[in-house]
Amino acid sequence: MAQDQSSGMTADSPGTAATRDPLSRVALRQIALLAIAATVGFVLLMAALSWASDLTSSSTTSVGAIDVETGTITLSLTQEPPQLDSTRLTDSVSGMILGHVMEGLLRYDINNQLAPGVAERWDIRTDGATFWLREEARWSDGEPVTAHDFVFAWQTAVDPATASQYAFIFYVFKNAEAINRGELPREALGARAVSDLELEIEFERPVAYFDKLVAFQTYYPIREDFYLSRDGRYAADAVDLLYNGPFEITVWVHGAHVRLEKNEHYWNRDEISLNVIDFPYITADGNAALNLYRDGQIAVVNGLGAESLDQVLAERWPVRRYSDGSVWFFQINHREEHPTSNYNLRKALQLVNDPGELVYKVIQIPGYTPGESLFPTWLNGQNGLFRQEYPAPTVTPNVALAREHLEQAKRELGVDEIPPIVLLADDTPGASKQAEYYQNRLMQTLGLDIRIDKQIFRQRLAKAEAGEFDLALYGWGPDFDDPLTFGDLFASWNLNNHGEYANAELDAQVRIAQESTDQATRMAAFGRIQEILIEDVAIIPNYERGVLYIQDPRLRGVGRRVVGPDPDYSRAHIVAD
Amino acid sequence: MFRYTVKRLIQGVITVWFIATATFIAMHSVPGDPLSGERLTNEEIRANLEARYGLDRPLFEQYLIYMGNMTRGDFGISFTQQNRRVNDIIREHFPVSATLGILAVVFAALGGILWGALTALFRNRLPDVVIMFLVILGISVPSFVVAGLSQLGLTSLNALFGVSILPVAGWGTLLHMIVPSLVLGLGTMAFLTRLMRSSMLEIINADFVRTARSKGLPPTRIFLKHQLRNAILPVITVLGPAIAAITTGGFVVELVFAIPGLGRYFVQAVQQLDYTVIMGTTVFYGAFLVFMVILVDLVYGFIDPRVRLE
Repeated sequence: MAQDQSSGMTADSPGTAATRDPLSRVALRQIALLAIAATVGFVLLMAALSWASDLTSSSTTSVGAIDVETGTITLSLTQEPPQLDSTRLTDSVSGMILGHVMEGLLRYDINNQLAPGVAERWDIRTDGATFWLREEARWSDGEPVTAHDFVFAWQTAVDPATASQYAFIFYVFKNAEAINRGELPREALGARAVSDLELEIEFERPVAYFDKLVAFQTYYPIREDFYLSRDGRYAADAVDLLYNGPFEITVWVHGAHVRLEKNEHYWNRDEISLNVIDFPYITADGNAALNLYRDGQIAVVNGLGAESLDQVLAERWPVRRYSDGSVWFFQINHREEHPTSNYNLRKALQLVNDPGELVYKVIQIPGYTPGESLFPTWLNGQNGLFRQEYPAPTVTPNVALAREHLEQAKRELGVDEIPPIVLLADDTPGASKQAEYYQNRLMQTLGLDIRIDKQIFRQRLAKAEAGEFDLALYGWGPDFDDPLTFGDLFASWNLNNHGEYANAELDAQVRIAQESTDQATRMAAFGRIQEILIEDVAIIPNYERGVLYIQDPRLRGVGRRVVGPDPDYSRAHIVAD
Repeated sequence: MFRYTVKRLIQGVITVWFIATATFIAMHSVPGDPLSGERLTNEEIRANLEARYGLDRPLFEQYLIYMGNMTRGDFGISFTQQNRRVNDIIREHFPVSATLGILAVVFAALGGILWGALTALFRNRLPDVVIMFLVILGISVPSFVVAGLSQLGLTSLNALFGVSILPVAGWGTLLHMIVPSLVLGLGTMAFLTRLMRSSMLEIINADFVRTARSKGLPPTRIFLKHQLRNAILPVITVLGPAIAAITTGGFVVELVFAIPGLGRYFVQAVQQLDYTVIMGTTVFYGAFLVFMVILVDLVYGFIDPRVRLE
């Protein structure tokens, strides 16, 4: 815009310059000449630079959000995938990309049910499991996917030299924990290729949810000869990965562009309708994504905030929503020197907490639901949903009763006033808003002095680990589709139990849930854990998070999941309008 | 001149060393470390990670190792992208930031000198008032607002014509560069306009200009040789730091226009406490800034013969 103005002004100025001073008239002519020279120079310079930048990056050529002829959809990413090595991957963007280009033994289908992946059939026993691989499964170079590829990947993941953050997810395997501690060689892992197509697994302890673990991203296969040939650069670039999923990465310009194209060697290629999934835009800016959508350049915008929701509604775009599966709650510090170790103070906090008000009046994003338990509503129980089989104990906000508990707490603590309570929170706008709401709410109802401690993610984590908080806004997302992914969080030995909550009965129930293979027993254990956490006010639930998104109506069949790669475009298709 | 250059270069190296050390100390004094993660559910996994990155050693030893590697030009491996070297990150993304930065600076410098000279010639008349109003807008409106608004403007423009005239975001072709570089250079252009205007006003009726005019020199020659050349010096002075600031400060513009520059690594690394990337980008940008300042000092001598560097 400024460029338009400047050329307009300088073109006009010799004509409009009816000046009295002859000097400035000549000077103006000079300036006009200079401006023309500058514009030409600027254009030449841009041409040169654009040529130079071609050497370092590929260009973003736009075909629009959806191209029916070529079967291409165009999307944006919020960040560059930091890690596409399945043994080290921890973040959701990398998980989403890798979920399109890799396939484990089992996978989640479009209805979020387990479906056969590389494995054709399987048998899970109390002491181990056997998987029979399908003969037609291929790597993107045409070689067959074999049982050895899984054994190699899993050994690599538990190898201490890999230092995988997700090594613990293999601890159900015989010897896995000892290998990860460096006490046994990696070959001792309880996983063995009987033949190219038969995979035998030995358990350390019985595990009732092994089929769900196997669908997890850390369980993807890696072919040994390829891994070794990359010389430590496995997954560093598009050519440093071998794919066995429905798509393969054909372009990966770091920070700029990721392009997935249909993998012609994929065994189930007939089920795949899209040819290209293109991510030529990488930006964390939600407004930029919205502008790209408005301009018809991308097909989906994920995670609309409360502010962009107004814009979207004004444009009359249909808003869709789903739950991302995470549960948010107050971690409470139970260490003795903290006032929150007092039961009556915690009870008072619980009784003034009103998740409904938080969700509907403060957060104001449809899709969020008030939190009632550590276990989210979507979790599967024995036959139906867990929360229908074991409803969470209800807590009705009651300020008068809360004040009684507060007085009791003051007497027990031997103080006239409760010392300032430190509330640890992330520095994101959303977390700040919630923290300020609670600061105000607790001051008005209980007269408590709340000090908000805002920290960036890693510092917040470090402070939580060190126990430098009384209350902490905290969220937890699932790794696999079993209540245990939430259930063991407050076991006394869990490192994410930052408040050091210790309850012998809860620990015993967690052990039952981990070791029993009888689903009825396990669900009863989770039901009891849920009760203990609320009755003893170990945590205070706030909300279950929802995600709002808009999607081009021509794009259908996109899978949204709480567990596994999300969103899943692999089975999507385009309908012509 | 040679001795002066060598002296400045040695000073520059010491400055960079100081930047590196200060960053190292500051970075290790904040709570947390790049390995903090929610999925580290046991001590073994954490110990494995610490051993892999050498974080289990005493801090001073880490410092010595780091400095040793740095002098060999090796910034190490990123913590968040565990198979990317920091050198690669800088090598791949700095050219993008630099391209954007150079365009923005050229735009800012040309625009600033042009508008500045114009406002001085039209002092206190309508063009001066209009331009100075725009300049104040340009200085005071933050770049994320300008970036967001211009992007919104682009979508409206494209919607108006029904075809994509200018891309809304992305990177790679000439068309992708135009709007982001204008937005990035706007603030600096406004600043340079003001600077140029005041320095031009000082010179416009100076004694030597009057002398030149009275001895009958053509007005063109007076403007170019006597006025512009003398007035431009302050602009050159701030141009060096401005180049560095623009090239390093493009984070917001890179974010809004989805440009794969180094700026986002610079900012995200701090949020992620990615030690090696923080060090790499800070030292690199620091050295770049120091180099630009030295360069400007040396250029002085050529533009103004009165400045003799000793």
